Amino acid sequence: MTTTPPAHRSVGTARTRVEGRDKVTGAARYAAEIPFTGLAHGWLVLSTITRGRIREIHTAPVLDMPGVLTVLHHGNAPRLHTDYVGLLGVPPDPAACLFQHDRVPFAGWPVALVVAGTPEQAREAAEALTVTYEEEPHDTALTADHPDAYVPEGGMPAETSKGDLEAELAASAVVVDEEYTTPEEQHSMMEPHAATARWDDGRLEVVDSNQGAGWVQGELATLFSLDPAAVRVRSEHIGGGFGSKGLRAHQVGAVMAATALDRPVRVVLSRRQLFSLAGYRSPTIQRVRLGAGADGRLRALEHRSLNQTSQVYEFLEPSAGVARVMYDAPAHRTAHRLVRLDVPSPTWMRAPGEASGSFAIEVALDELAERTGTDPIELRLRNEPDAGPVSGLPFSSRNLAACFREGARRFGWQDRDPRPGLRREGRWLLGTGTAAASFGAGAAPSTAQITAEPDGSFTVRIAAADIGTGARTALTLIAADALDTTPEHVRVRIGDSDFGPAMIAGGSMGTRSWAWAITAAAQDLRERLIPGTAVPPDGITVRSDTTAALGALSRKERHSFGAQFAEVAVDTATGEIRVRRMLGIFAAGRIVNPLTARGQLLGGMTWGISMALHEEAVRDHHTGAHYAPDLAGYHVATHADVPHLEADWVDDHDPDDPVGIKGIGEIGIVGAAAALTNAVWHATGTRHRHLPLRPDRILTAAPGTKGEPTKRA
Amino acid sequence: MREFDYRRAHDVQHALTLLAADPDARFLGGGTNLVDLMKTGVERPTRLVDVRELPLDGIEPTAEGGLRIGATVTNSDLAAHPDVRRHHPALAQAVLAGASGQLRNMATVGGNLLQRTRCGYFTDVSGPCNKRVPGSGCPAVTGEHHQHAVLGASDHCVAVHPSDMGVALTALDAVVGYETGEGPEEKPITDFYLPVGDTPHRETALPPGALITHLILPPPPAGARSRYRKVRERASYAFAIGSVAARLTVEDGRVAEARLALGAVASRPWRAHAAEAVLTGAPAGGATFAEAADAELAAARPLPRNGYKVPLMRNLVVSVLTELAEEATR
Amino acid sequence: MAPEPSPTSSAITLHINGEKHHLSVDHRTTLLDALRERLDLTGTKKGCDQGQCGACTVLVDRRRVVSCLTLAVTAQDREVTTVEGLADGDDLHPVQQAFLDLDGYQCGYCTPGQICSAIALIEEHAAGWPSAVTPDVDPDATPAPLTPDEIRERLSGNLCRCGAYVSIVQAVAHAATTHGRRPAPTTEEGAA
Repeated sequence: MTTTPPAHRSVGTARTRVEGRDKVTGAARYAAEIPFTGLAHGWLVLSTITRGRIREIHTAPVLDMPGVLTVLHHGNAPRLHTDYVGLLGVPPDPAACLFQHDRVPFAGWPVALVVAGTPEQAREAAEALTVTYEEEPHDTALTADHPDAYVPEGGMPAETSKGDLEAELAASAVVVDEEYTTPEEQHSMMEPHAATARWDDGRLEVVDSNQGAGWVQGELATLFSLDPAAVRVRSEHIGGGFGSKGLRAHQVGAVMAATALDRPVRVVLSRRQLFSLAGYRSPTIQRVRLGAGADGRLRALEHRSLNQTSQVYEFLEPSAGVARVMYDAPAHRTAHRLVRLDVPSPTWMRAPGEASGSFAIEVALDELAERTGTDPIELRLRNEPDAGPVSGLPFSSRNLAACFREGARRFGWQDRDPRPGLRREGRWLLGTGTAAASFGAGAAPSTAQITAEPDGSFTVRIAAADIGTGARTALTLIAADALDTTPEHVRVRIGDSDFGPAMIAGGSMGTRSWAWAITAAAQDLRERLIPGTAVPPDGITVRSDTTAALGALSRKERHSFGAQFAEVAVDTATGEIRVRRMLGIFAAGRIVNPLTARGQLLGGMTWGISMALHEEAVRDHHTGAHYAPDLAGYHVATHADVPHLEADWVDDHDPDDPVGIKGIGEIGIVGAAAALTNAVWHATGTRHRHLPLRPDRILTAAPGTKGEPTKRA
Repeated sequence: MREFDYRRAHDVQHALTLLAADPDARFLGGGTNLVDLMKTGVERPTRLVDVRELPLDGIEPTAEGGLRIGATVTNSDLAAHPDVRRHHPALAQAVLAGASGQLRNMATVGGNLLQRTRCGYFTDVSGPCNKRVPGSGCPAVTGEHHQHAVLGASDHCVAVHPSDMGVALTALDAVVGYETGEGPEEKPITDFYLPVGDTPHRETALPPGALITHLILPPPPAGARSRYRKVRERASYAFAIGSVAARLTVEDGRVAEARLALGAVASRPWRAHAAEAVLTGAPAGGATFAEAADAELAAARPLPRNGYKVPLMRNLVVSVLTELAEEATR
Repeated sequence: MAPEPSPTSSAITLHINGEKHHLSVDHRTTLLDALRERLDLTGTKKGCDQGQCGACTVLVDRRRVVSCLTLAVTAQDREVTTVEGLADGDDLHPVQQAFLDLDGYQCGYCTPGQICSAIALIEEHAAGWPSAVTPDVDPDATPAPLTPDEIRERLSGNLCRCGAYVSIVQAVAHAATTHGRRPAPTTEEGAA
């Protein structure tokens, strides 16, 4: 290996996106935008009942409609192999395994796929399809005392416990014991799920929008009992994912129809269909009990979270996991419970567990700060643990205190009067708040190929996905440094399952995992390149696999950390909240591309605003279906909701980590909703524990207001 | 969406004839509501008569000093018009508070008046709705009604009218002009929108087959101030959960004239006659404004989950009237 | 020459980015679907297909509209500009260049709509159109500068779920300045 310091350093410098020009000119093609000759269009038909059985599907009139080619349903669909565990260690969501039986487990369950020559014909025929049902009573309401709550098994431990909780609470000078709730939240990425499937010379090709081409390829091959080598999935540009874009009904429907018709078939989910078919963040009902001495040092910490899942699939939103990393106490307990309801299956959504869990624990800490008269930052610093509160393992690096110090300085925290309800500007009350953030820094095995081309350039091939994170650009910089060249000499090709197994864009692990594989391949390639010797016409190609290297990594608590600061203006007469500013300071390892990294962190903070103030998927529990499932009924933040936000970072070095990247896609949302909620308390003097902070909640909680806060149907 | 015939109308008579030829025909203006409803299956016309090229896109002064606004004037042009901004700022503000820049460029005045409720049950054709399918029932009364009506509703329908523009027009005593084929007619906007009663599917007094041609805005009194304020669940690009259009004329510390309309609280823009009665002649101050708001809201019949609208509207009315009174005495 | 109308489809001519396209469209076909499915102009995006996200924003007769609620047959005889028609050869439009330089996007799916909308809003502001956050709509009042708050309000019909709003607003402000328009102030005031 070379010992001379590399001449080129691209990592750490701001670079515009390598595909940027394509994105601003409209040249970048997303999954539904690749033309195919003879393309047919499929439109899914979803159940209009919430629970029961399909009695009959009247296909004959629809098959006579103009352009209709076929109607697939449980009576004629091929049998799928669904009893397996996929790349991410979980079985497939049955909602994606189309038409395998006549049961309907939730409203919006796929019951048929109508395929026609044009999208208009397919949609009109799908809407004309009559399906009759035997309807059964349903239960879609998550309640704190739901009798069917159970302890989930598998995945992370459902419970952790140490010390005598009740004794420590009894001995505490101050106790906070409150319930916090978060609603169902939808990913609502701008590009709906879309896939085109076709058979090409005995090989199944799927052009899709997903977070891992190899992941979806593996799932489809197993479902359809195909040789994995006979399935290729490509996913070049992806219009957002946030955890939702894995195996879904659209790919399976497209493959079924392309197989049945022997022609290319495209299936695009409509915006309404996404609400029941694309996953969501489970609503949570969380209970936090904190006991502390008069100095704010924790003696007892309990965080319990109750979440929902579907009748056909178990997914846990691990909200109570936050305290396993963040705060220690002599008595420490975290616990999850699940309830199976007649609802769609939830899934990962940007910072699963941390986003909702940090809301509860970080508001509870603010309440503890209030009741002990301790500054909220000082309270957190006093409770900094030396090792993992549950694991006992050392932290690879934990620079939370540095984030708070830098953030406090830049936000002007030292000038803050801690008393609530004092600052008024016209009709607006002003307040500031803070909260801590953390997110796991993991990595998963990946493979990469690099080819040294005869012209002196390099081609990197890796089945990575750029869902907007800037991964394609970041990997270009990583590869350039590892190959000791400039980014202009490196082409990074991603989004193709033919490039070999690789981690998905998820868990804030993508760039870290892929960079590891690229770095390893580059080291290997540089050793093979003999100076002064010409590269052969086919180039020199090396492959890497990080499975062994990851296994050799020492066991530690590895996380990103952050400090969130927010200032809000609240009109308690109307309930309106306007965010005035936010600052997030993060310790997130090595920052590869400051330009796109800042965007990732700001994007997360923007999600925090949206989570705090707007997002709430509403279900009518009488019908069991969503109410107004669209982007006018489900509000995400608009431009006008998001003021100037700042994100920055502190040095965060992990000496025994060969890549040093921690991942930045998710930590930006963690703690953001809590910081905003704490700022609303500081502005108004009223403590809010239920998201979103809708105007009716602010208004009816204000002193002297007559009127009931609204509970949704 | 079912297949349909499409025709462009060249003049008003042509439009009426084209519409009359097909019982399932609809006029197409900007399409921002109708095309969406066609996609969701709420509307299934077999013919669209495109009226956007009719010569109804002018805004002109009337002999009385008011404005005559053509039915195909876009929301953008209405809000940008100097006379609207100068003499009827509440109307400009209301239009600008609605939808988005793109939708305002498309939406027409006539279409805005006729837009349908955004109640989620109305737009979901898989379930019942008395407005969409008379007699099928109203799931909102027992279901989701967080954003629904607190004034003038019935057991048959608790949906709210979605328009911002209509609220300002209602406060400003606008008159709706239309052509029936047997000559032009005009109707005050407060009579144009019908009470919900047991016929929620009948929303306006517009005769079947008639075409809205214009609006008349009477001139405001000298010294009048007007304003529109809207509260919604995000800062922009959302329907109101409550809004107020008000015009106030203050002379010697007393309210000489008051016009007040409330939005997002009823099946139609809600003219606050009871509040106006309290305001007129009374001292222009907080106590009067609160009394006026209470007088109007005494008729409120909130549902279990929208009671917040009563204090919201009370506070909003007081706040907007206070701002106008301060402006008038500045 | 007007095409002979059939009951449910029409032969129409669309003027897009300076080019004429003759096609027969089902009347149900939106301008968005005509662009994407018939003319292979896929730069215009379908995010919600019901006027609630702005991803499909194009300019029709220089005004921004959502193409998902515009029936293709109604765009006959109008000048349509899509994201593909903004650059002058290799020279990007100043708004496109600003989005590229200042990273005014992430996944890129809302980007064509944001850019078309931004170009229109700069024009609308220059024409003196007020917005919902303009302090005084009186036409005789001093024209309000194109502040960040004005940009945010005027661009709120374009959702960006990645949360790239901060850099989008910076890009639009920068482009508006380099356009020769009134420069936006550098201070960042809260919306309240």
